[in-house]
Amino acid sequence: MLASFCGKKVMRELSGVILNRGSKLCNFIEWRGLKVVYKRYASLYFYMCIDQEDNELEVLEIIHQYVEILDRYFGSVCELDLIFNFHKAYFILDELLLAGELQDSSKRAVGHMIAIHDRFVEAVKEEANSISNLIAQVNM
Amino acid sequence: MEQLKTIGRELAMGSQGGFGQSKEFLDLVKSIGEARSKAEEERIVLHEIETLKRRLAEPDIPKRKMKEYLIRLVYVEMLGHDASFAYIHAVKMTHDDNLVLKRTGYLAVSLFLNDDHDLIILIVNTIQKDLKSDNYLVVCTALNAVCKLINDETVPAVLPQVVELLAHQKEAVRKKAIMALHRFYQKSPSSVLHLVSNFRKRLCDNDPGVMGATLCPLFDLITIDVNTYKDLVVSFVSILRQVAERRLPKTYDYHQLPAPFIQIRLLKILAMLGSGDKQASEKMYTVVSDIFKKCDSTSNIGNAVLYECICCVSAIHPNPKLLDQAAQVISRFLKSDSHNLKYMGIDALGRLIKISPEIAEQHQLAVIDCLEDPDDTLKRKTFELLYKMTKSSNVEVIVDRMISYMISINDNHYKTYIASRCVELAEQFAPSNQWFIQTMNKVFEHAGDLVNVKVAHNLMKLIAEGFGEDDDTADSQLRSSAVESYLRIIGEPKLPSVFLQVICWVLGEYGTADGKYSASYITGKLCDVAEAYSNDETVKAYAVTAIKKIYAFEISAGRKVEMLPECQSLVEELSASHSTDLQQRAYELQAVIGIDAHAIESIMPSDASCEDVEIDKNLSFLDGYVQQAIEKGAQPYISENERTGMLNINNFRNQDQPEALSHSLRFEAYELPKPLVPSRVPPAAVASSTELVPVPEPYYARETHQTASLPSVSDAGSSELKLRLDGVQKKWGRPTYSSSASLTSTSSSHKTTNGVTQVDGVGTSNSKGRDTYDSRKPSVEISPEKQKLASSLFGGSSRTEKRASSGNHKVSKAAEKSHVGKAAGAHSDTVVEKINREPTPDLLDFSDLAVTSTAPSVDPFQQLEGLLDQTEATSTMNNGAAGASRTPEIMGLYADSAVSGLSSSVANRDEFNLSSELSNAARTSQVGVSQLNKGPNPKDSLEKDALVRQMGVNPTSQNPNLFKDLLG
Repeated sequence: MLASFCGKKVMRELSGVILNRGSKLCNFIEWRGLKVVYKRYASLYFYMCIDQEDNELEVLEIIHQYVEILDRYFGSVCELDLIFNFHKAYFILDELLLAGELQDSSKRAVGHMIAIHDRFVEAVKEEANSISNLIAQVNM
Repeated sequence: MEQLKTIGRELAMGSQGGFGQSKEFLDLVKSIGEARSKAEEERIVLHEIETLKRRLAEPDIPKRKMKEYLIRLVYVEMLGHDASFAYIHAVKMTHDDNLVLKRTGYLAVSLFLNDDHDLIILIVNTIQKDLKSDNYLVVCTALNAVCKLINDETVPAVLPQVVELLAHQKEAVRKKAIMALHRFYQKSPSSVLHLVSNFRKRLCDNDPGVMGATLCPLFDLITIDVNTYKDLVVSFVSILRQVAERRLPKTYDYHQLPAPFIQIRLLKILAMLGSGDKQASEKMYTVVSDIFKKCDSTSNIGNAVLYECICCVSAIHPNPKLLDQAAQVISRFLKSDSHNLKYMGIDALGRLIKISPEIAEQHQLAVIDCLEDPDDTLKRKTFELLYKMTKSSNVEVIVDRMISYMISINDNHYKTYIASRCVELAEQFAPSNQWFIQTMNKVFEHAGDLVNVKVAHNLMKLIAEGFGEDDDTADSQLRSSAVESYLRIIGEPKLPSVFLQVICWVLGEYGTADGKYSASYITGKLCDVAEAYSNDETVKAYAVTAIKKIYAFEISAGRKVEMLPECQSLVEELSASHSTDLQQRAYELQAVIGIDAHAIESIMPSDASCEDVEIDKNLSFLDGYVQQAIEKGAQPYISENERTGMLNINNFRNQDQPEALSHSLRFEAYELPKPLVPSRVPPAAVASSTELVPVPEPYYARETHQTASLPSVSDAGSSELKLRLDGVQKKWGRPTYSSSASLTSTSSSHKTTNGVTQVDGVGTSNSKGRDTYDSRKPSVEISPEKQKLASSLFGGSSRTEKRASSGNHKVSKAAEKSHVGKAAGAHSDTVVEKINREPTPDLLDFSDLAVTSTAPSVDPFQQLEGLLDQTEATSTMNNGAAGASRTPEIMGLYADSAVSGLSSSVANRDEFNLSSELSNAARTSQVGVSQLNKGPNPKDSLEKDALVRQMGVNPTSQNPNLFKDLLG
């Protein structure tokens, strides 16, 4: 469905095109034979390149689904969350979209996987982190 | 306890610097954010690269540090700099046993490398190992990497393991394995064909997520071969029904709709299965109709499902009731204020008119509104629709519209596209040849070199061959009108090369044919062209050949030729040209002038561009010469193809291993080498100069020039052949498009185009008038222009018949040139009549409208509306403040809000859809209940703000929204 990692030049040119569009216009553009769906959240634009046969409205909702998941994960997600934790944003995207398609449409299933991974990370961290170990011991 | 834990975490975070990242990384991001110029940013990043290089060179880097460096490197690459020096470190990290590091390694690798990068091969082994891991999280991570990093060559290396994972006990793994197979299909379709039975099994998986994912590869397989899967129609229909009846777990609901994403996928599959199959389609009617009824048309996702239903209905065997439902939805889309819905409506209309063309008429005004909309996306989609509904009755209006839009845009990609569309429509539906030539002129003038060269050749062919009927008067009128229009256009500055070639050719063939213009006038014009475009060799070549033809016709007509002084100097200049092609043309011109009328008659007969020229491809007349040379000891000629073919054969024999030639990786060990069997094909066996593969026929001048000027000693024979052919070609104009000549001329087209240009002036003033008119009477009334346009687009007027009778001279038909001598007189009558009719009020109206469309009309009333919407919406936006706490234990929240999401719908959709959808959202706000547990939560947002300030990152003026919540 989407070609997520297009070249940097494409991204630059494309953002120029998208930023110049008025707010009341379509959220779709056809650009150099590509179909692009974009959505704006505050100062951030999310966009996806899609196939000719894809359903644009559906793609808009997929973007929204992603943002909702980000929002829940970070707790009122803001631009800084994404800049500082862009690798996490990528991990979350991996749980939502795979091989260019939505791998699971249930937000819960996606959230579950992210949480399991995080718990794993936490476990590793706790071992390494003496301060939290200490506190844990005090509470025992 | 809980609180203490949080404090502990915060303490831990504090040591790192907030946001879970190290102080250094935070500083980097901060300084980039505060950089005031591109150069400053550049400097910071280059400095960072230096630091990282130094650090990576240090021995024994702790793994956690390494992870951070990698993330910083990814960041550097995201900013557009090269971090290739560190790729190997990313690859190394994928080998790590620690999952966190492994994951980061895979992420970095997939962001750094394309799937054909050399380093990928180092990772395949790691992936293979990870796919076997006991820890299913490792397997998941590996599967993610498989989707991004495996290319068609490495698919076989992991395929068996991925297939095995289809039966894994964890649904997350099964799901990812299925998606990986879907990716394999994209990379190399044949690799997954044998897995049909596995997919069928997964379709009945207990986990709805796995079932949903299985639809992807099944969709792929069904696109390849529909018939094998007809038995699945029943299953798909029953799944779709169950989904629509909310049998899936609540967690699959999205904006209160049951699993809409799965519904859409199923509808896509059904559309394919039902296409052209009445029996299969009948099984789907009920469920699709139900979805039409059940779908919530106020939410975006509901409309997405409805749109998919329309796609399905228009693909399967038509059913009147469903078509009716689809038409209703389309009309709602088109009437909507949202541009997105209008866009979908236009698209859906384009699909449906194939089945029921009459529904277009109900929506004609909406379509015209979209055509005149300032939004380019919408406009282009509408052109797409118009393209689909073009008939000979409306082709003039539509092509006119397309051309005026084409003139108004700068985007070369789309310009090329729409120009080719215009040409296609004009060729297919042209009502008359005059119109065709005029349209082509406009396309060439404005799209210029973006037009395919073939189009130019077609145009020349049309002018040379004229109408399909054997009607010389009409043909000559056509030609003289073409000459007429070209002589007028030729003076304009900066004409595109392709167009000039057409002009030169036509002037050369027919410039003096009707006796209206003298040879010296035409040659003067041609000289001007050659001079004005002196760096375009192709144009110069065309011009010189055209001049030669004019003189040849003069001589054979028995008139005395006097070369113009500028022509003389041009020929002199060209005969000293660096281009051998131009030189040859110049010398030929001089030679032609020197010979007598009788000889000219035979080498360059007038009116013969359509006659077939017989080319002796074997060049048998050279046999004697060749024989002589061979007797003197020359090497026999071996054609290039045979020479390279021999090389291939040698390679093949030497390696003795056919697989070695195919470009795929081998994963099994190589066999032991066998002793070489030396074998060579004797070269003499192949060579025989007569039956060689012919020299590729010269296509257009530049190409020939290149091949001809390639000096190569071994190739002497072939280059001579090429030169000869070149000569032949020039004597006859374009051999590929050899066309006939005969001429006469009236000034009809001149008059009409004059008429149009005059009208243009009127048009602009009219459009101004209309704007003010519109602003006084807002939108309710439909302007008469629009109605007229509508009727001309959607037919129904008396014009249709008129066009039908005079039209239908399809160019393709004309090209065949049937020699049926009949009805010549009658035909020329209609042509004359048409010419007279050309500047009738109809046409005036059209060109007038075309102009209004290009001037973007602004409706003050609508602008006011927009303002109102905005204020209303911003007020609602304000209460959307930061919500939810920042503890990392989000999952608790997750579970909570998933349950409470429905009831706690404080926030409506407005809060998500920012100004881009304001007007739309105002409508939907009441119904579109969000599942997000959001709302004002000042405490949390304050906390977050404090954290941010602690870190010393302050919003800069460049990016005032930095701290705004994305959704608020």
